[in-house]
Amino acid sequence: MFDTHLIRKDFPILTRTIHGKPIVYLDSTASSLKPKLVLDAIMEYYTKFSVNIFRGIYTLSEEATQKYEDARVKVAKFIGAKSENEIVFVRNATEAINLVAATWGRAHLDRESEIVSTVMEHHANIVPWQEISQKSGAKLSYAGITPDYELDIDHLEKLITSRTKLVVLTYVSNVLGTINPMKEVIRRIKSKNPKTIILIDGAQAVPHMSVDVSTFGCDFFVFSGHKMLAPTGVGVLWGKYDLLQEMPPYQTGGEMIKEVYLEKTIFKDAPHKFEAGTPHIAGTIGLGAAIDYLSTLGMDAVRKHEEEVTRYALKVLGQLKGVKIFGPERAERKGGVVAFTVLGVHPHDLAQVLDSDNICIRSGNHCAMPLHTYLKLSATARSSFYIYNTKEEVDLLAGGIEKATRLFNG
Amino acid sequence: MDNLYRDNILDHYKNPRNFGILSDPSVISEEENPSCGDRIKIQIRIKELPGKKMIEDIRFSGEGCAISIASASLLTDFVKGKTKEEVLTLKTEDILKLLGTVLTPARIKCATLPLEVVHKTLLLAKV
Repeated sequence: MFDTHLIRKDFPILTRTIHGKPIVYLDSTASSLKPKLVLDAIMEYYTKFSVNIFRGIYTLSEEATQKYEDARVKVAKFIGAKSENEIVFVRNATEAINLVAATWGRAHLDRESEIVSTVMEHHANIVPWQEISQKSGAKLSYAGITPDYELDIDHLEKLITSRTKLVVLTYVSNVLGTINPMKEVIRRIKSKNPKTIILIDGAQAVPHMSVDVSTFGCDFFVFSGHKMLAPTGVGVLWGKYDLLQEMPPYQTGGEMIKEVYLEKTIFKDAPHKFEAGTPHIAGTIGLGAAIDYLSTLGMDAVRKHEEEVTRYALKVLGQLKGVKIFGPERAERKGGVVAFTVLGVHPHDLAQVLDSDNICIRSGNHCAMPLHTYLKLSATARSSFYIYNTKEEVDLLAGGIEKATRLFNG
Repeated sequence: MDNLYRDNILDHYKNPRNFGILSDPSVISEEENPSCGDRIKIQIRIKELPGKKMIEDIRFSGEGCAISIASASLLTDFVKGKTKEEVLTLKTEDILKLLGTVLTPARIKCATLPLEVVHKTLLLAKV
């Protein structure tokens, strides 16, 4: 049973008021709020066993190591990885992508190679590839989207050649909300070129729906903890184990080594090979707790709830005068994201007016400037929904939009 | 918010002064605020006077939020008839004074974009 009003009680921040008004948080696509369970897990680390991992023989260190590695097992299970050894902890999805670009990319991409991406990517899945493309001489091309705001899979397929070494694409668009039919897309890419490595940006998928990486057929999958109830500063790179093993390390130093001599070093196996230095132990334990929380709710129930709120938002906002929504029309095809413009009201002004009622939305290009340029938009407003959002909050948003419309168009 | 969108700002947003293009500009330039996609283009006609260069006329075009449009409208009115040197000394505080409102840190950039473009345009001027 999914009771949003009970869930809201788990989020201490929601008891806060500003100028006597409650907070209506509609920006979980940027970062989610954190439940008490996660905060408690972090606090437990800092109050009971706040010591370094792997090195200590003493009980405290063993407890910390155990909790840290437990989180790896939880993540593996949560996303359907075959083994926890396929899970690399990083700072966030951005770092996971940079890790692949810097290690796998540097080893495999050259002027004979091609990288294929899409125009609906977050900057995190564009800029690292531009950089490696410039350095290696690899050609970078982008698949477009259809007039219905869906990925143009035919176009993507056409871009795949025998030289395509890498395809990088998002599972769920952080602006349009479009859920790409991942299995089909991956199947079509691999049938055109079975050797192509595929990296999926799952930052907007893992927090919101059941994900099973091992049935996808992709090679890398990345996501951030802070968008799924966990603290900032912890994210995940999943990779097929053989790939991870053959990749050179990312950063080097302590924790990632087996033996160090003055002349040479023998690295640990994956995943620890990629985790140099003391990691974000508390954050990683917090991610484990966030997964416990989401698993208790059940990801299918999470998805169902978001779909309901999104369906309601599409209906309510769609009826407002001057509002234009960008993204698939049907909630079944969308993540809990609704991007829109309001005639005569700049998204920044809208966000400012809404802020006077503590309604938090995002305005601008949402780290997807190429997508906005492609759609010939300078900026959009974006509301997004998670487990703690209600239809009443959608009504408050609608009221705020009407207020802004009166102010600027009245 | 009620303080921010004062009637004066809303008036300049809805009826911007000096909006459009000049038939014979001396110099033109354009700038964007990438965080919100605001884009302001400035055209200036400069009149050479003994020992100084005066802004004889100025127009702006582009798109933006209420703050950046109102700022451009107020600023273009303000600089008309002033010398290049005078205008180049204008700072963020002067813009906020023109707007007569208090801005949150995230919105300062919206207010100062037109001034940045005016400065850039004046520095490009060869006359």
